Amino acid sequence: MYRETEVIQTIPGTDEMVLNIGPQHPATHGVLHLVITLNGEIIKKVEPHLGYIHRSIEKMCESLSYRQFIYSTSRMDYLSSHINNHACALCVEQGLEVEIPRRAQYIRVIMDELTRIASHCLWWGAMAMDVGALTPFFLAFREREMINDIMEETCGARLTMNYMVPGGVMFDLHPNFVGRVKHFIAHFKSKIDEYDELVTGNIIFQNRLKNIGVLRPEDAISYGCSGPTARASGVSCDLRKHMPYEIYPELQFEEVLDNGGDSFARYLVRLTELRQSMHILEQLIDDIPEGDFQAKTKAVLKLPKGEYYQPIETARGEFGVYIVSDGSTTPYRIKFRSPGFSNLSVLDHISRGQKIGDLVAIMGSLDLVIPDIDR
Amino acid sequence: MGLRNYLSDVASGVKSLLTGMKVTGRLFLRHHKEKITQQYPDNKDTMVYPERFRGEVVMPHDDNNEHACTGCTACELACPNGTIKIITKFDVTPEGKRKKAIDTFIYHLQLCTMCNLCIEACPTDAIKMAQTFEHSVFDRSQLIKKLNQEGSKIREGVE
Amino acid sequence: MMFSLENITNSIHEWLYANLNATLALIIEFAIIGVLVIGLFAALGLVLIMMERKVSSWMQLRLGPNRVGPGGMFQTVADTIKLIVKEGMTPDRVDKLLFNLAPFIVMVIAMVVMAPIMFAKGFQIWDINIGVLFVLAVSSISVIGILIAGWASNNKYSLLGAMRSGAQIVSYELSAGLSVLAIVVLSGGLRMSTIIDAQQTGWWLFKGHIPAIIAFVIFIIAVTAETNRAPFDLAEAESELTGGFHTEYSGMKFALFFLAEYVNIFVVCAIGATLFLGGWMPFHIGNWQAFNHVMDYIPSSIWFFGKTFLLIFIIMWFRWTFPRLRIDQLLQLEWKYLLPISMFNLLLATVVAIAGWHF
Repeated sequence: MYRETEVIQTIPGTDEMVLNIGPQHPATHGVLHLVITLNGEIIKKVEPHLGYIHRSIEKMCESLSYRQFIYSTSRMDYLSSHINNHACALCVEQGLEVEIPRRAQYIRVIMDELTRIASHCLWWGAMAMDVGALTPFFLAFREREMINDIMEETCGARLTMNYMVPGGVMFDLHPNFVGRVKHFIAHFKSKIDEYDELVTGNIIFQNRLKNIGVLRPEDAISYGCSGPTARASGVSCDLRKHMPYEIYPELQFEEVLDNGGDSFARYLVRLTELRQSMHILEQLIDDIPEGDFQAKTKAVLKLPKGEYYQPIETARGEFGVYIVSDGSTTPYRIKFRSPGFSNLSVLDHISRGQKIGDLVAIMGSLDLVIPDIDR
Repeated sequence: MGLRNYLSDVASGVKSLLTGMKVTGRLFLRHHKEKITQQYPDNKDTMVYPERFRGEVVMPHDDNNEHACTGCTACELACPNGTIKIITKFDVTPEGKRKKAIDTFIYHLQLCTMCNLCIEACPTDAIKMAQTFEHSVFDRSQLIKKLNQEGSKIREGVE
Repeated sequence: MMFSLENITNSIHEWLYANLNATLALIIEFAIIGVLVIGLFAALGLVLIMMERKVSSWMQLRLGPNRVGPGGMFQTVADTIKLIVKEGMTPDRVDKLLFNLAPFIVMVIAMVVMAPIMFAKGFQIWDINIGVLFVLAVSSISVIGILIAGWASNNKYSLLGAMRSGAQIVSYELSAGLSVLAIVVLSGGLRMSTIIDAQQTGWWLFKGHIPAIIAFVIFIIAVTAETNRAPFDLAEAESELTGGFHTEYSGMKFALFFLAEYVNIFVVCAIGATLFLGGWMPFHIGNWQAFNHVMDYIPSSIWFFGKTFLLIFIIMWFRWTFPRLRIDQLLQLEWKYLLPISMFNLLLATVVAIAGWHF
């Protein structure tokens, strides 16, 4: 029996109390469990507890063939599923040493950038929602829905596409694809200014994010942050520039950097990346070369004995696929380096001394996808 | 100048807020023109299903109740989840030869992730993805489907 | 006019006093008023929640409720029935008396504040001579209900929400009061009818020059905060504290909080309409006799409700546009910006009133 008079208790000897945020909480975007120690509104410590959505994908992949395991990576970072699949395909191709047709490379890069835009759109809406504005979420979904429709037409699915296969892509582009992407670019260009008007310029929004959750460059490096999170601290880490894959070296785009390190810098970096991705799409969409969309590969793939690692720049940062092959049809060991895990680890460091409301804003600006963290 | 900064802070803050209100105000006034909501069960008649949309694996049969599945189990091997189970039998042709054919093509919809690998693997294009997506049933045993129809046989000429 | 609310109330009043003894007539009048207030409460809750859902959906490119009744009109009725039928749960380990008492405190206060509001020409429950002061005094008690709710829930989220709400309402009372005071100074009376009569020649918003406009803006911001509406909804702060002070409430007890929130919005907007937009006074332009005459034909109750709903719409517009402030920024906004400005503004209003610079 519970005692009638049992009330909220503080940690003995201090004025601090422990508050559980999650696993079911509107701010955590999934089943993340944060145990935070509070002194009034001030955060003293944040302890993320993981494992609520652990599906043992790495172990599962060990019993799947090199064609089969790719689909499961869509279920990790479901917002950049194309890019995850791309990394797996690249890693297998590295072992097979096959030449990817240029058309396939173009298609892959276009799909990656579309995925990045879709992911950042969702992040933008969710970020504004975390901070308390609800309308931007629907505006972001208007654009994201257009990309989803394009994906659905060409890849056959809206979220977990499984479009990349070792050697190229699964199908050729749909005849409507180019037209629809062009229409999307024109549409999005007119709408992205609305994003700025509604949210970026808003003084409440700026005050909520500026100087909140400051991540210094050295901390970003030592915690292993990557992607927009690290680039907002001035760490140049865009793998599309530094370890280029596919046709990225031929493309004109800038690595978006910001020296602020705070939540607002992370916000601005992502928003600028949206524009850069559009710039990349514009360069590619007009002259997709003719040719095969898939290289000829054997029906049963076998990687030569050895170790293969392929990092790739997802919407959240560096996603790495590490395959150890013993020469058989299934990988001996697969390890995924997910960007969300490292980006989450910095949460405690940057949110100490901030308020509860800031914690939510910081989590929004880190752009966490929980299945990516737990795998 | 303290006071001047103070006042310009107030002015710029108010201006940024009004800009935001202008956006939502515009959306409010245009509300009848632009809607992102799809009224799903009502718009079934006008809904467009992309031809490549992956909803469910089906085995097309022609008018003579014939399909193209040879029972090679390539799809079964390609499936990452063990969604497909093929039970084969041996038909005796009029010439007296024994020929491999499918007895039952079992498809576990509840295990399927719609990854399309089975369709890619199929050498005779015997299975394809259907556009249906309303798969909810009251009992999960209803999700285990037999794809080849009763009394169907393999089409002539498919090897 | 035949159907003016003033005539109806007067005839009922006279009939009661002519046919019954004074005490009984008074008791019957009390009963009628009680029923009317509760009826207005229910109607307001239904209409305002519907309005909020429609406004938000139109701003967000959505359809909004459209299933129950024509155009979704009866959605809120259906929701209310659902909430009434739902089990009124009291969690273990809460302070049971206070937990069950809190929603009623909030509710009753929202009802009491309605007393001095003039809904139409001559249609008012109680024309108390300190009307404005009464509203300010009573409406600040509602924080006690929220504090009780948060404390009694024995939940950390609720406690944080309640404490935030306490800090917030106590601070914003000040600038709301000061901006109201500016109008009191201009019109020279605390009685609601005096303030409305002072606007016979024009609404204070127009004829009060700069001090009235500043006071109006501050009043709108302050009452948004006082009613715990976004962007000042820190007490519930859905993405931070899940539900804030009403996290543990469900069913009808939750509905009472919800209803009280909307009725509070109505009340503060009604006060705003009375003080700044002339209450039931029609819109007149200087010497345009014909125009003014047409305006006079619109019943006074429609003027009053029209103005009130306009202000309610503005407050809803805020909610669906702005992000939420943080607790320290919220207090900073009050103490560093609104309070100094409204104090200065009161001074300005006094100068304007003494010098007679308003029209």
